[in-house]
Amino acid sequence: MAEPSSGSDKLMIGQSRTGIYVAHAVLILGILIVAFPIYYTFVASTHSLQTILRPPLPLLPGDRFIENYSEALFGGVGRIGGVPVSTLLFNTTVVALGIAIGKIIISILSAYAIVFFRFPLRMTFFWIIFITLMLPVEVRILPTYKVMVDLGMIDTYAGLIVPLIASATATLLFRQFFLTIPGELVEAARVDGAGPFRFFKDILLPLSRTNIAALFVILFIYGWTQYLWPLLVTNDNQMNTIVIALKKMVSFADADTEWHLVMVTSMLAIVPPILVVVLMQRWFVRGLVETEK
Amino acid sequence: MTPRVVFPNKILPYLLVAPQLAITLVFFYWPASQALYQSMLREDPFGLKSQFVWFDNFKKVLSDPNYINSIEVTAIFSISTAMLSMVAALILAVMADKVVRSRNLYRTLLIWPYAVAPAIAGMLWLFLFNPSIGSLAYALRWMGIAWDPLLKGDQAMVLVVMAAAWKQISYNFLFFVAGLQAIPKALIEAAAIDGARELKRFWTIVFPLLAPTTFFLLVVNTVYAFFDTFGIIHAVTGGGPGKATETLVYKVYNDGFVNLILGDSAAQSVILMVIVIALTAVQFRYVERKVHYG
Repeated sequence: MAEPSSGSDKLMIGQSRTGIYVAHAVLILGILIVAFPIYYTFVASTHSLQTILRPPLPLLPGDRFIENYSEALFGGVGRIGGVPVSTLLFNTTVVALGIAIGKIIISILSAYAIVFFRFPLRMTFFWIIFITLMLPVEVRILPTYKVMVDLGMIDTYAGLIVPLIASATATLLFRQFFLTIPGELVEAARVDGAGPFRFFKDILLPLSRTNIAALFVILFIYGWTQYLWPLLVTNDNQMNTIVIALKKMVSFADADTEWHLVMVTSMLAIVPPILVVVLMQRWFVRGLVETEK
Repeated sequence: MTPRVVFPNKILPYLLVAPQLAITLVFFYWPASQALYQSMLREDPFGLKSQFVWFDNFKKVLSDPNYINSIEVTAIFSISTAMLSMVAALILAVMADKVVRSRNLYRTLLIWPYAVAPAIAGMLWLFLFNPSIGSLAYALRWMGIAWDPLLKGDQAMVLVVMAAAWKQISYNFLFFVAGLQAIPKALIEAAAIDGARELKRFWTIVFPLLAPTTFFLLVVNTVYAFFDTFGIIHAVTGGGPGKATETLVYKVYNDGFVNLILGDSAAQSVILMVIVIALTAVQFRYVERKVHYG
């Protein structure tokens, strides 16, 4: 999709005008279905609780935008211990940034060691890192929880971040990229008297910029949308991420769910990652197709 | 691999891999080995007594009708989710491949769900289809359908499948678009000149050439449906009604973390571990990758 969006539809052999119109129609229909749940959540977030409780909900936004959003952001939500949504957003941002940046740092360092140095156990380390692909948290829930308790990491930012920053995928990606860097470059750097630190800082990092940007988008989304891990390691409402808090705010069985606040919180939980994906779309698509996981 | 020019340092490389290794050993290998060990222990919930029982936990788990039920639920859920979202994404990608005008706009509008957490995706769909306040549930009832996913198991399944598939459409769409762009246009035009109609061209040329992409996505979607959808099940149905949507991962969590049946939960973890290893092996063995391991 490198072509500019302003181009007009050119017909290939065997294509008909009608076929193109049908394609546009199908795409528009698809977008309506894909975007509808998000749009409707936005609509619901601008109506009063009374309006939401009497379906069907109008298709257009209501007039309670400012009231609802300021109540949720700064007022505190009863069901989650009176914690305002701004705290949740802060927590989630810290966690998502911590995971993305942490993963990038430790992966780029280990890939650097594995590609640009020769040392005993090098391939053993590589395989140890590779095999973590096969050990997602879902297959070791309880023992990992126990480690967190023993280390006193429950309800801490470190507990939410550190265990998730080991990354086989990112290490593999950097390793693959580093292998394409010609040996002459390393040789030239060494002849010019650059040590491993200089080489890393002045040559490797600038060359890795697009890879880092691409990974950052993918990993930020990964961190932002975590569910099982924050569910395990947080008890304190003050430490909740926004996704976990949302789950706690909703009760479908009982009538006192504050739906207008739930909808505002949902919007606040999905808008930041959507903005990251849409604004950094070029890197996002690249990162997705290249990391393949 | 060709011999590379490297730096001669002896200590530095160990320092560079140390952070990653430390985290890997403490948070991955140690707990995983504990899961293996505990899967052969029988322990009371307070951890006061334990006894080494070899494979008894596995026998118990595999003969438990609830576990068999959750295998079936996971199979139905994964297959439906993968199919629904791949078919929808393929249709959209084929259409997007045809148009030039506003294709970037279409792509931008189709990638949103990727950024939505699975649990939130589930809650948005439940908000629409919740029997008491959901507007679409209202529409369904108006059409005369007895809709209540909170009481009817099959409807709950439909709901979680829709939410899970919706979230995955963006991912599949981007990969199908990339796959379609790799197919030489001349091939399709040649078929058109020979008089093959659009549908025929799709089934005889495009679809077979897309096979590697489709197979790759099938593996990825299966992994997604197995593991990443825990949030949807936990937030939307809690495995219910009854045990109609209790997937394998949800059951591990529920038995271990909520019901504290440690041995059984550990045995289930080990079974899941085997499944992940198999899926990863398939992915790396049969799926064409750009990475080379040497």
